[in-house]
Amino acid sequence: MIRALTLLAAAFLLAACGNDAGEPPSRAPVDMAAWEAETVFHASGNPARLEDWGQFRIEDGRLVLAEGVVPYGLNTALFSDYALKLRTVWLPEGAAPAIWHDTETFDFPVGTVITKTFYYPRGGGGFETVALELDPNAHFDGAALDLSAVRVIETRILVRREEGWAAIPYVWNDNQRSTRLARAGAFVDLTLLEAGGRSGALSYQVPDVNQCAQCHVTNAADGQVRPIGPRARHLNGDYVYAHGEHNQLDHWREAGLLTGGPASAGAPRNAVWHGETTLSGMALEAAARAYIDINCAHCHSRTGHARTSGLYLEPSDPVGPAFGVCKPPIAAGRGTGNRRYSIVPGDSQASIFTFRMETVRPDAMMPELGRSRAHSEGVALVAAWIDAMAGGC
Amino acid sequence: MRAMWRAGLAAFSALIVLQACGQQSGETRDISDADREYQHVLMEALLDAAPGSVIEIPAGVFVIERGLSLANVDGVTIRGAGMDETILSFAGQRAGAEGLLVTSANNFTIEDLAIEDSIGDALKITGSENVIIRRVRTEWTRGASTDNGAYGIYPVLTTNVLIEESVAIGASDAGIYVGQSDNIIVRNNRAEYNVAGIEIENSMDADVYGNTATNNTGGILVFNMPNLPRPGHGTRVFDNDVFENNTRNFGHAGTPVANVPAGTGILVNSNDDVEIFNNRVARNRTANVIISSLHSAGFSELGVESDFDPYPERIHIHSNTFEGGGNNPDGMDLQALRIALFGPTGRIPDVLWDGYVDEAKMVDGTLPDDLRICVSGAEVLNADGPGGYGNPRIVTAEHDCSHAPRAAVELPF
Repeated sequence: MIRALTLLAAAFLLAACGNDAGEPPSRAPVDMAAWEAETVFHASGNPARLEDWGQFRIEDGRLVLAEGVVPYGLNTALFSDYALKLRTVWLPEGAAPAIWHDTETFDFPVGTVITKTFYYPRGGGGFETVALELDPNAHFDGAALDLSAVRVIETRILVRREEGWAAIPYVWNDNQRSTRLARAGAFVDLTLLEAGGRSGALSYQVPDVNQCAQCHVTNAADGQVRPIGPRARHLNGDYVYAHGEHNQLDHWREAGLLTGGPASAGAPRNAVWHGETTLSGMALEAAARAYIDINCAHCHSRTGHARTSGLYLEPSDPVGPAFGVCKPPIAAGRGTGNRRYSIVPGDSQASIFTFRMETVRPDAMMPELGRSRAHSEGVALVAAWIDAMAGGC
Repeated sequence: MRAMWRAGLAAFSALIVLQACGQQSGETRDISDADREYQHVLMEALLDAAPGSVIEIPAGVFVIERGLSLANVDGVTIRGAGMDETILSFAGQRAGAEGLLVTSANNFTIEDLAIEDSIGDALKITGSENVIIRRVRTEWTRGASTDNGAYGIYPVLTTNVLIEESVAIGASDAGIYVGQSDNIIVRNNRAEYNVAGIEIENSMDADVYGNTATNNTGGILVFNMPNLPRPGHGTRVFDNDVFENNTRNFGHAGTPVANVPAGTGILVNSNDDVEIFNNRVARNRTANVIISSLHSAGFSELGVESDFDPYPERIHIHSNTFEGGGNNPDGMDLQALRIALFGPTGRIPDVLWDGYVDEAKMVDGTLPDDLRICVSGAEVLNADGPGGYGNPRIVTAEHDCSHAPRAAVELPF
């Protein structure tokens, strides 16, 4: 009882002083009816709340997926300050299924809504204290997220409209039952509890709408925002649905979400990696390439924003000079870390690649957005891969 | 040994020592009393920008805590009340790799404002056509420091770019840098206390004129770097004042410009079709003009794509006014070279060339006239890089030739 009161007081304090987005803190009473009962495709505009989309409802302290909303996971995922992510996809009644592509994002029909909800397990103590957890599905049972166990930070919507995809970010209010539109982004100050009882400050950044585009415009020539995750190689793995475990590509085809492409056994497939640091040989190579793919290649491709660097990190790119081997930097500035080449085979400590993954200075770190912490497991993975390479520069 | 550039272990360890000694030369602007509310208004305005929008920023000092961005909208103008009146200060920046990032925005104009003390690059414009940057100041207010962001004014992958009457101060890489772009005019700007004052890299058809470049490590640079989607060629550098670019190199080790010797006036590296004329080039202590190839830059050959052409060709230097310089070159190797060839009070000639020639293109032991480095009105020193710097010599007579004048760059606006 006393603990609950303390938590409540802390929440109020936060509400009074937090909120970097310049919007008034939410003091409205929780209105459950505010969550739209039916899934809705908003063909234009920026609805004021996530509630307006009907993709979720709140029931018995749980965030429940609406009928027809399908959760999914990626074999290896983008690192976002250790946030866990609940990803969903929904196609309107009667819409044609998405069309298969071997390497690119599937071609989804108008009306598609993809959501990504960022959350942390609660760490005990104050509302701002959250826990580091590597299990990507913690507190999600395939149908609902247990809100008593987590702190939800934000939900991003990608909606496929007639004119293309739009990105719309929502920040969760401190009552954890309602949200607000946050086109200008926000900072959320957290304390992250790590293994061994250590804790550290974490300045979580909700991106603004233009920052969404920095990652999601994967082809700068057409300037179109696109989803990044829903590609064959990221989805080709098993997922634990409410009804049981199933290959995602097979499930999507059975559920009418996807059409075309080879059977999952013969389809492209990235390694499954959620933080293991003891890999070697082929498994190490596959995990490192999968990690670099999902964390770097949306910009570091021939069409992406980082094409200016001449560093190409897509899965089809050979590990040569254009992948960074003995490649001098172009416009890295402080990002060199006083190192001379992107990758020095056999020496991760001399490689710019790992320096830029480790640093948290905004002008030097990679990726440029989406983290205020180093992903120590990811750094260890890529470092091990570089250290295992033969040769030098 | 690498006589021409600062690369190699000696220069590297020297840099690290320099960095350890601290680099700060002044105080960053105090923003404790500056406006912190306006940033939200500006962010919303940038998000809501529609084709043809004019975003007017009033006079004042405005604290901006996260990188600003404008994306995928054409015809936007951002206008302040003057480069000393409207100041966007990023001294308290918490996120974002740039001050203002402009992406895929054609027909874009930014004018009459200052961007100060960003964590990384100040103004980066990428993937856009018809870009005007006018009377914009980018500055790190503490002065030359390795802690400053890399680039001041930084259009990259752009077509039809005009940068005029702007000021760039304190960049730890280049003050004004145009990269991987086409059809460029950089005129009547001032670049001071940057590692590179003005740099044109992997770009086609640039006119750089009427600028003042002083107190940089290197004044005006025309570069090609390997492994980029596109090489560049075709730059005119004329009517500029390029003097006393003698600031010690405070670039980040590992960056290409960190190897540029302090006291470089104009530097052409691995670029072709460059005409340098009517400039006033004075008192740059290493050399008033350096012509070099990537071979002198100290990078591993393993990391260079095989189709890269490292040789500077069709270079024409004429009608410039030179005064002083070359008297105290940066680095032991060049200092030793100066004393050995010209005596204790002598100086490196106005044009210093590393001597690399593409032997595959030679006919009967010489380069075809069309490819030569032509110099008139200045002495040329061949440092003999290919011979391990064993036989440096004055070769002025061998470069007595000329190329047809390059055409002026014309912009469609």
